[in-house]
Amino acid sequence: MALNTLEQEQRRRARWRLAALLTPGMLWLVLFFALPLVIILIYSVMTNGPRGNIVWRFTVGNYYDLFTRSVYVNAYLRSIWISVLTTLICLLLGYPLALFIVRQPPRWRTVLLFLVLIPFWTNFLVRIYAWQIILANNGLINSTLAGLGLPRLNLLNTEGATLLGLVYGELPFMVLPLYAALDRFDFTLMEAAADLGASRPRAFWRVMLPMTMPGVAAGAVLVFIPTIGQFVVSELLGGAKVDYIGNLIQRLFLRSNPPNWPLGSAMAMVMMLVLLALILLYFRSTTEEDR
Amino acid sequence: MIEATSATPSRSASRPAVAQGRLTWSGVALATHAVLLYLFLYLPIVILVVFSFTRDQFGVRWTGFTFEWYVRLVNNERLMGASLNTLAVAFVSTIVSTVLGTLLALAMERYRFRGRSGMDALLYLPIVIPEIVMAVALLAFSALAFDLIRLITGESLRRSLTTVIIAHIAFSISFVVVVVRTSLKNFDRRLEEAAADLGADGWRIFWRITFPLILPGIIGGALLAFTLSLDDFIISLFLSGPGTSLLPVEVYSKVRRAVTPEINAISTLMLLLSITLVVLSHSVQRRR
Repeated sequence: MALNTLEQEQRRRARWRLAALLTPGMLWLVLFFALPLVIILIYSVMTNGPRGNIVWRFTVGNYYDLFTRSVYVNAYLRSIWISVLTTLICLLLGYPLALFIVRQPPRWRTVLLFLVLIPFWTNFLVRIYAWQIILANNGLINSTLAGLGLPRLNLLNTEGATLLGLVYGELPFMVLPLYAALDRFDFTLMEAAADLGASRPRAFWRVMLPMTMPGVAAGAVLVFIPTIGQFVVSELLGGAKVDYIGNLIQRLFLRSNPPNWPLGSAMAMVMMLVLLALILLYFRSTTEEDR
Repeated sequence: MIEATSATPSRSASRPAVAQGRLTWSGVALATHAVLLYLFLYLPIVILVVFSFTRDQFGVRWTGFTFEWYVRLVNNERLMGASLNTLAVAFVSTIVSTVLGTLLALAMERYRFRGRSGMDALLYLPIVIPEIVMAVALLAFSALAFDLIRLITGESLRRSLTTVIIAHIAFSISFVVVVVRTSLKNFDRRLEEAAADLGADGWRIFWRITFPLILPGIIGGALLAFTLSLDDFIISLFLSGPGTSLLPVEVYSKVRRAVTPEINAISTLMLLLSITLVVLSHSVQRRR
């Protein structure tokens, strides 16, 4: 009987401890993260007033506009396209680099990995800005060209510059998970494949790539997410000549006169749902591989 | 991002002997590719640093060495004020998010309870949601909250450093949780059992055993939170008020117009701070 109450007492105290650990953080996240998302979900089906105020009248017009008006549809397609392109280029550049790092002796590996970590921790804005110095009309490349007597090139404020900046900015986010996956890969499997008569490309496609797929997927997710919502790179390097979703959302909330928060909210909601669907797909694919 | 901080140290000694010490075409190609990519990653940064010392007033050509831009920077009250604001925001949000995140990590790793998987999802969401979505959501939330406060108390509030701090905490917590959870996972729980067998109570076990062992993880999480806050531009842009400027927002509004050597200088200083932080976090993680 005494033991029983002691146990109950202990259990009660464990519950209190758990509540004390969970409550502050969860409260913060619910109040300042989950609730705001619910608010823009609600805003997205409300009407925009003439002065940019919210009129509390239900409408699906915002979503209808997004899927029918070419300005918005094109912005979505453009964002998805450049994100896919950025992810693919980062993968093609990053995989060989991660492979190279993983095959170095331990001392070198640490140094080389550290060199990837530095840009990863460095201010994104600063790193993108650095390219302006290089690409500007009076910038490094053009003054070099002029010095050689060659004609100037229009490099800054092009879509090519946007793509370059995105690849440059996101590359470390691809290399690090790829490195982690390749680090766990047992390279003797490649020898085994060779012994069984597989050519090296075949061994790569059939053994190494499938086994490092979780790293590829993780890297792709880490690159794709920030790229699809970006507006900084396309403004600083692309000259804001064409609209990506991020540019439109930013304008609808901050710059338009009058602003249109309901439409901006609908755009953000659609972007988030597309991404969450992709991420669920990713989790499903990784759990299937674990099986 | 998460694996980056945890994958650096300790790994198996079994290294492939394949192609080591032997020159192969693919080996040469890989090495060349690596050299070129490192150049690609670092050349812009080096150029930025070099051009913070140029005399050229457009900051894009080398016309001789000068410290002038750094001197101007120190005398630029607006930029200095923005820098102080940014540091203050980073300090406060790091402290709060580290405490809250560590508590959450302990709860998630050490307890089994109902609703745990739902909370897990809520904790991962801020990491996988594009920053701009979070920024507009918080902007809408703050506007609505301010309206409510005005209705109830008659007090009219405006966006300020406080709103930015609240937002930075909201997105940093998840990152702290992930890093601290990793160190709790690598933790040998027999140490705690041994302490309990020797008669230590729960509180004592935590402060004498658990806390010192997960401290590197906590510091790693704090440094990550600090960096995230310093570097954050998007949420700062949406949530800072008209009178309160933050460094990334200031830099952005200047950079959108043109390159200036002053911006090269402040960028170089930000770069220096980032490198210091990454070296710190690296050494903390290695000591584990």
